[in-house]
Amino acid sequence: MSTTMDRPTPESGGLAPDDAVTPTRTAGRRKLPTILGVVTVLLGLRLLTTSRSGDTTFRLAVDSDFAKLPDAVLPSSATAWLMLVVCLALTAEAVRRMLARSRQPLWLPIVFALAWMIGFLSWEAAGSRISIVSLLAGAIALAIPLVFGALGGVLGERAGVVNIAIDGQLLFGAFAASITASLTGSPWAGLVAAMAAGALMALVLGLFAITYFVDQVIVGVVLNVLVVGLTNFLFRQVLTPNAESLNSPERMRGLPIPVLGDIPLIGPIFFRQPALVYVLYVIVALVAWSLYRTRWGLRVRAVGEHPKAADTVGIKVNRTRYRTILLAGAIAGLGGAYYSLVSVSGFNREMTGGAGYIALAAVIFGKWDPIRATLAALLFGFAQNLAGVLSSIGAQIPPQLLLSLPYVITIFAVAGLVGRSRPPAADGVAYRQQ
Amino acid sequence: MSDTDKPKQDDAPVGAPVDVADDSTADTRADAGADAGADREARSRSMLREIASGDALSGVLAVFLAVFVGSVMIAATDDGVRETLSYITARPSDFFSALWDAISGAYSAMFRGAVYNNLVTDPAQQWRPLTETLKFAGPLILGGLGVGLAFRAAMFNIGGRGQMLLAGGAAAWIGFRFDLPMIIHLPLAVLVGMLFGALWGGIAGLLKARTGAHEVIVTIMLNYVGYYLVFWALTKEWLLATPGSVNPKSPPMKDSAILPKVLGDRFNLHFGFIIALVAVAVVWWLLNRSTLGYRIRAVGENPNAARASGINVGRTYTVVMMLGGALLGLAGVNQVLGTVTSGVSVDIDAGIGFDAITVALLGRSRPLGILAAGILFGAFKAGGFTMQASENISVDLVLVVQSLIVLFLAAPPLVRAIFRLPAQEAK
Amino acid sequence: MRLVLRGITKRFGSMVANDSISLTVEPGEIHCLLGENGAGKSTLMNVLYGLYKADEGEIELDGKVQHFTGPGDAMAAGIGMVHQHFMLIPVFTVAENVMLGNETTGFAGSLDLDAASARVTEISERFGFHVNPDSLVEDLPVGVQQRVEIIKALSRDAELLVFDEPTAVLTPQETDELMDIMRQLKEAGKAIVFITHKLREVRAVADRITVIRLGKVVGEADPKASNAELASMMVGRPVELVVHKDPPTLGDAAFVVKDLRVVDAAGHVHVNGLSFTIRAGEVLAVAGVQGNGQTELTEAILGLQDDVTGSITLDGVELVGRSTRKILDAGVGFIPEDRQVDGLVPGFTIAENLMLNRSFKSPFVKNGSLRLGALREFAQKKLTEYDVRARDIDALATNLSGGNQQKVVVARELSRDLRLLVAAQPTRGVDVGSIEFIHKQIVATRDSGIPVLVVSTELDEVVALADRIMVLYRGQVVGIVPADTPRETLGLMMTGERPKDLKDVVA
Repeated sequence: MSTTMDRPTPESGGLAPDDAVTPTRTAGRRKLPTILGVVTVLLGLRLLTTSRSGDTTFRLAVDSDFAKLPDAVLPSSATAWLMLVVCLALTAEAVRRMLARSRQPLWLPIVFALAWMIGFLSWEAAGSRISIVSLLAGAIALAIPLVFGALGGVLGERAGVVNIAIDGQLLFGAFAASITASLTGSPWAGLVAAMAAGALMALVLGLFAITYFVDQVIVGVVLNVLVVGLTNFLFRQVLTPNAESLNSPERMRGLPIPVLGDIPLIGPIFFRQPALVYVLYVIVALVAWSLYRTRWGLRVRAVGEHPKAADTVGIKVNRTRYRTILLAGAIAGLGGAYYSLVSVSGFNREMTGGAGYIALAAVIFGKWDPIRATLAALLFGFAQNLAGVLSSIGAQIPPQLLLSLPYVITIFAVAGLVGRSRPPAADGVAYRQQ
Repeated sequence: MSDTDKPKQDDAPVGAPVDVADDSTADTRADAGADAGADREARSRSMLREIASGDALSGVLAVFLAVFVGSVMIAATDDGVRETLSYITARPSDFFSALWDAISGAYSAMFRGAVYNNLVTDPAQQWRPLTETLKFAGPLILGGLGVGLAFRAAMFNIGGRGQMLLAGGAAAWIGFRFDLPMIIHLPLAVLVGMLFGALWGGIAGLLKARTGAHEVIVTIMLNYVGYYLVFWALTKEWLLATPGSVNPKSPPMKDSAILPKVLGDRFNLHFGFIIALVAVAVVWWLLNRSTLGYRIRAVGENPNAARASGINVGRTYTVVMMLGGALLGLAGVNQVLGTVTSGVSVDIDAGIGFDAITVALLGRSRPLGILAAGILFGAFKAGGFTMQASENISVDLVLVVQSLIVLFLAAPPLVRAIFRLPAQEAK
Repeated sequence: MRLVLRGITKRFGSMVANDSISLTVEPGEIHCLLGENGAGKSTLMNVLYGLYKADEGEIELDGKVQHFTGPGDAMAAGIGMVHQHFMLIPVFTVAENVMLGNETTGFAGSLDLDAASARVTEISERFGFHVNPDSLVEDLPVGVQQRVEIIKALSRDAELLVFDEPTAVLTPQETDELMDIMRQLKEAGKAIVFITHKLREVRAVADRITVIRLGKVVGEADPKASNAELASMMVGRPVELVVHKDPPTLGDAAFVVKDLRVVDAAGHVHVNGLSFTIRAGEVLAVAGVQGNGQTELTEAILGLQDDVTGSITLDGVELVGRSTRKILDAGVGFIPEDRQVDGLVPGFTIAENLMLNRSFKSPFVKNGSLRLGALREFAQKKLTEYDVRARDIDALATNLSGGNQQKVVVARELSRDLRLLVAAQPTRGVDVGSIEFIHKQIVATRDSGIPVLVVSTELDEVVALADRIMVLYRGQVVGIVPADTPRETLGLMMTGERPKDLKDVVA
């Protein structure tokens, strides 16, 4: 029976699918087996159409390790074929479970992904050495600003404000961090400035999108252009002539955590990072917990799903939205600091390289959930780093293919081909009180 | 007769959504009578139509405000101004003259670069800047039409960059690979470019029609997919790579595929601008006089009613995005075969894909408005380069002013508040 | 709690929705606000609830004047509201919905969901609601969702409860249950404001009745007053609900529906095995509580539903599987149930709206371009013919009143060569004058030998227009009965019960 519940209508500006066209049904139960099958076939085709010989060396340790794991030397071809068989078996298991209508366990896709990746890497890196630590640590390094940006995006959109301007917040954060850290000599002051910069952009977004009901997508797009113009202008007019005093911040170095940092494999990847990364770990956990488990989170989600209902129980919709996007902006701005204080020392024009759009992709692919979005950002960071690693060892896979992967799978995700992503019901729709 | 060219009086702000959960107001709605219409209208109007509303005064003030902010930025970063500021209490006149020099210098340089150059003697060369403006305006107009057309169907085409890249790459491939008589070669290259632009835009339309995937997300993602696709093509010799070069750039275009100059070789203005003028006329006819345009507008204003009246909404989305993609494709072709004929690379779009959005917004999605906005922004661009060269002020200032104009334009109440004008009465 | 409203005035632009309304509600009393759609009842309650700010007048609770800046203040003062359109968040659980805005929290603002569940269970048991606090609201039937709204108000210790058109979405049986709940609440000493335009319900529960018309209080009525008295007070003149029409001149079975089944994207079955026939020159009216498959039935006829099985034939031509455009071209006229959504393009002019379903073919189209001259001439003619009150044909549809908007839709649909007319809620939200006009047009269409399908949730309209009545319940036909079937029987049938001795009338 149809309900008469008052769902907000997707309007222009909102990101919900249009009612006037027919959405295809969700892939549902067939989703996992289909994906696994397709990915397995891709690996199989690769193995059938090319040939490899020799061994692949997987380095599991770095020189500074306390207890070193030995290198794993695997015969490239045999390993790849073996892993293909494993992938086939896992796909078959998934199909069996689908037919038996039983639940797909979480270990299945994880083991599949591991097997697939080992097979793929040993094939493509035949005859060379791959450092697992630098592959994964590099992935994390590329993913950190994406995670910050994605968390900012998730928060804003859960409150019903679409933020296309994540990229602008990252860029402005990077800019503010570099100048402030240079002037004060303290990277921590740089971080604070980055947060302020991100929040300032959020304030502008809010002013136009919440107070003046300007379409949120338009504001976001235009804000990105504005920040690119502004930072480029100031970079050329102010930073470049005064590079010594304004654009040479102290770089944040790795800060190994005792004990944790000494764990083989895990330690060098997660626990020898600069302080900003540990801050991120805390933020991810906090956001995930508070969004679902606190009064604040309940209200944020209410405001993003059905603002009028929230209004009728006395929640100030627009005030809640403002607060949430300011917080979201501060988080995204913090991510910007990673570029100018951690990756390199100092600001450069358009140094985010459009990472904010990948973060937006992670928000969507992560289905507007903080943990999933974080994982999506990590996945996208991994794809980027893999592209670099593979091309540096001269693999035959075009790096552009891997680099475009985040965007392609996001398109698949919004099209419902790998499980539909549904935004919060009032996402992108301004709220007017009578 | 169509509503499109009439000025709209109400100033309901851009982006007015359908009231999220309207309807405890059912009472007021039902009997309302003509008067309550205004109230309802303010709420139920879709955003892309709102772009068309607003009043002229707010528009002028928006431009004024943006230029003012630009001036502040010029002054704040000018060495002379900062120097004189340090002793402003002692000799304020120094400060003000430095201020005047910085700002007037910047704007007169812009004028010299965009309209008329009084520093050269040859009368033809004096007007050369104007032709530069038109040259820059060509792709902006074409791109603005592509974005604006989608706006009219309530769709947001942020995929200009990808559409331009794909189209530029395809046109370039035809342009340098074949030896054909110009009468065949040039139109073929242009058409193939349009086709690829249409294809790339059409993906977003088709996905929206078939799966409901939001075109904003899809077009953003397609920008990057297109970027890496063209990047990849630039590494393959059978596609776009220059043999024996590691530079990601294609060989130069053959002469037979280059858009001819309009005013002879002394001026850079090429036929791309003429194409843009034709496109303005075609899109005007399409929107205001054709049945397809009628359906596009109907779908944009109320897709549900359009559907119930037998209009295939999904097909309209696809067609609109293809047309928009083709127009943006023309903008890409215009770059590759007209402005930068030395070969295509991944930055061939030169930011036009995003500029096109601001052009469409400033032009309020009306073809003639887009023509005017395109020429204005073309002048900004032409003048900006002169300003950078002669006054050492970064051309990026133009981006700032441009985006501020659009932001202020989108929120007339804000502009009115800044100038302390009374809020306009809802009629 | 004793509520006194004094001289409440609320304007929207130049329209006065509430004109100096005064009202007193005593504790332990059910006070009915009776008035037509659009009389200003909901506006008044939104003022009381702090959603609108009154332009003049004051609200007094237990002798204290209140200044509400938002619903939060109203709630804190002990006012609870059960909204016409539920203010519930579909993806939240019952407990989450109930606690929202009034959360009990533990460490660092963490939610105490157990306490909320306990509260829901407690209230639910006290009043016999049977609501599971952990269910997702979107999974609950409408009647249960309404109880969640009531629990929401009670959990905030509301002493004054406002029910805004609560029965519009309920079956008669659910309505009876709600009446019981209201009586229970009254016994518990709550003050209750019950907003409705349904006379039967008013007489069933009201202790006092205040009638509102065109934003003004027209007076108090006695709960024992007759339907006719109440109705004439509400409408302002003796109401003529009878449509004068001659006995039908029946032709062939022109429109035949067989085993129709409509399923939505989520897999819910909305129409289940529907079969009926309409003869040329006959009005078949569909009665039923809103949400029993009527919308899906009309949409399926128009090709607006995607998963349709069975057969729909018009003059022997199969319509299922055809596109909406082909169906319209086959001669189907369609007055949609919500003109704002499906009927009109608000930003188009009257003229442009009049060609909405003819954007592919002449007379307004030639070689892909518009024939503006022909369109203007046509629009001018229809403006006069259908008595559309507007500045001119270039007036935007959004600036017209509900009645005039509806006349534009009717004009558009009736000015083609029709072979079938489908009219869904043809007079919803339309002023009395326009109702008569539209009803006459529908009867005239039938008299010209066209089969007509009318769908209405207003039983009066169904009875007035029908030659035969088909009652729907949960997507199935309960029965097809003559137009003079007693209302009690029809009401019973709308609950899904079919009287034993009932015989379907065959076309």
